[in-house]
Amino acid sequence: MSTIIRLFNITKVYQMGEEEVHALQGVNLEIKKNEYVAIMGPSGSGKSTLMNIIGCLDTPTAGLYELNGTNVSEMNDNQLAKIRNKEIGFVFQTFNLLARSDVLHNVELPLIYGGFSSAERKRLAKEAIERVGLSDRMHHKPNELSGGQRQRVAIARALVTNPSILLADEPTGNLDSRTGEEIMGLFDMLHQQGNTIIVVTHEEEIAAHAHRMVRIRDGKVERDEMVKHRRIAKSIVTS
Amino acid sequence: MRYLLTEFKEGLLISLQAIRANKMRSALTTLGIVIGIVSVTLMGTAIEGLDRAFNKSIAAIGADVLYVQKFPWGGGQDWWRIRNRRDIQIRHERAIEKQASLAQAVTPVTGTRRQVKYERKLVENVVVVGTDADFIETAGATIAFGRFFTPMEADGGRPVCAIGSEIAVNLFPNENPIGKTIKVGNYAYRVVGVFERQGNFLGMESLDNRVYIPINRFFSEFANSRQGIQVWVKAVSLDQVENAKEEVRGIMRKARGLKPRDEDDFAINQQEILIQTFNSIGVVIAGVGLFITGLALFVGGIGIMNIMFVSVTERTKEIGIRKAIGAPRRAILLQFLVESAALCLLGGIIGLATAFPLSLIIDQVLPTAMPVSIVIVALLVSIFVGIVSGFLPAYRASRLDPVDALRYE
Ligand SMILES: Nc1ncnc2c1ncn2[C@@H]1O[C@H](COP(=O)(O)OP(=O)(O)OP(=O)(O)O)[C@@H](O)[C@H]1O
Ligand SMILES: [Mg+2]
Repeated sequence: MSTIIRLFNITKVYQMGEEEVHALQGVNLEIKKNEYVAIMGPSGSGKSTLMNIIGCLDTPTAGLYELNGTNVSEMNDNQLAKIRNKEIGFVFQTFNLLARSDVLHNVELPLIYGGFSSAERKRLAKEAIERVGLSDRMHHKPNELSGGQRQRVAIARALVTNPSILLADEPTGNLDSRTGEEIMGLFDMLHQQGNTIIVVTHEEEIAAHAHRMVRIRDGKVERDEMVKHRRIAKSIVTS
Repeated sequence: MRYLLTEFKEGLLISLQAIRANKMRSALTTLGIVIGIVSVTLMGTAIEGLDRAFNKSIAAIGADVLYVQKFPWGGGQDWWRIRNRRDIQIRHERAIEKQASLAQAVTPVTGTRRQVKYERKLVENVVVVGTDADFIETAGATIAFGRFFTPMEADGGRPVCAIGSEIAVNLFPNENPIGKTIKVGNYAYRVVGVFERQGNFLGMESLDNRVYIPINRFFSEFANSRQGIQVWVKAVSLDQVENAKEEVRGIMRKARGLKPRDEDDFAINQQEILIQTFNSIGVVIAGVGLFITGLALFVGGIGIMNIMFVSVTERTKEIGIRKAIGAPRRAILLQFLVESAALCLLGGIIGLATAFPLSLIIDQVLPTAMPVSIVIVALLVSIFVGIVSGFLPAYRASRLDPVDALRYE
């Protein structure tokens, strides 16, 4: 299997006035195609910081980051925007949908910045919405949807450009446990279909869906192991 | 190219949503732009109106005519020094008529006010002009019905008159005025002709509200012969106007017994002076208009800039989302520029919608129409103001850090 992500000695330092916060202190990590990785760790350990760097939303203070064989740790703003658009699908804890736009437009958005034609955008967006089981909600606004449905829209938006990796930072953090299970079922399905997935979570049950578990503490990888008792969603729910 | 077009459409869509979501705020913000556009449009309309009126009422008189009068047009001279000038009299007109070789037609013109009556119908305060048969040539006016009085009628002081179109309409709403006898003051006159409508200029008294009679009769019935007159001299051709002016000046000086060192105690006016007056009115209107426009657009632009900063701050999260899914800086910049331009364009359209009825009011004073060019200029100006004042906020938005923007609550 080919390596998609290679992190070498990544550090991130935040300057808080006089004080320096060392959010990441030398992270080494390799993730291969079609892996399903859970990242766990206590609050403030640097999980989100790591995800933002992997997702090219942020750049490391030092270290090397190779994505699909290209060095992205020294790219400028616009180059990173292009990588985010083409290679990365990001799912957030708080969904982060555009409130005034309907489901279809929200899912289309990455394609707009990808320069797709209008017809192509509609086709791909509808396909992605279908994959998350929301075809009948195409023209609803986010505030007309339940939390679980909103997260599905966010997942459809992350999928629509067919990125190399799906990143999810506590995707079930704002959902009740049953809805959380449904969302994890969706990730399980996407993994089976060949996607590479990285999920940050606090909850052991959620992490148990993954194949591999990476534990972070104080900005370092504490443990990196395969999941022994994998939990597979009982049903891959579609509504 | 396609990227830009797609991003532009997205920007337009989003800005219309944003404007719709904040209707009241958007409308208030555009107030400065509205005022600016109203003022630039009305200014343009007024100048257009002046132009038209000028061409219609004044140019019709002819650029080859000299007006020998007691006072110069347009003022500007020392009133106290010239107010005691001697009147110009009929003998001066005779002198010019006899001696001027470069004059094609010379005519005396004088006037007073009387009421004019026909049967029960009455018009008060009509300007009664006494002149001779050459008037029709120097005035450049045309007779719509009938004819002007002949040299024989004029010299013989016959009780005949030609009337302006407004008088004709008022006294003869349903009948043909030619051959009818009207009362001018206490005297009877037979109508021989009706002038073509001329319109009025800058609120000056309408030329259509006049009655023209032979000057000989005028002096016997309405004034004593010492009343001052003007002399209108039409030059033989346009390029002889200046020479004719010198010739007339010499004749006048001699006829009035001026010594070589004396200044002229009369004025020879020309349309050129009127053109200058007209131009200076135009310049004043344009200056005041531009000042108000500039000020309003400046203040309006600051308002737009301010509201765009607010809009960027309010939508920091949205900017973060867009950046997270791959919007380049250019796209964010474009989006907010489009929003700002759309806001100003809205102001421009409201401004035009406000200015249009106001231009109809101007039309009452100065017959005019809002020129298409000014509409286009107004719209372009508002877009320009939008882009200029939206640039700083849009630039700031485009530079936001995606992680910080996403974390913004
Ligand atoms: N923009 C920032 N400025 C300064 N310090 C920051 C910033 N972002 C994160 N930090 C600090 O870096 C450390 C790691 O933060 P991070 O958000 O990665 O933790 P986390 O593991 O995701 O925690 P949680 O589970 O609560 O989300 C924390 O100590 C945090 O205070
Ligand atoms: Mg976190």
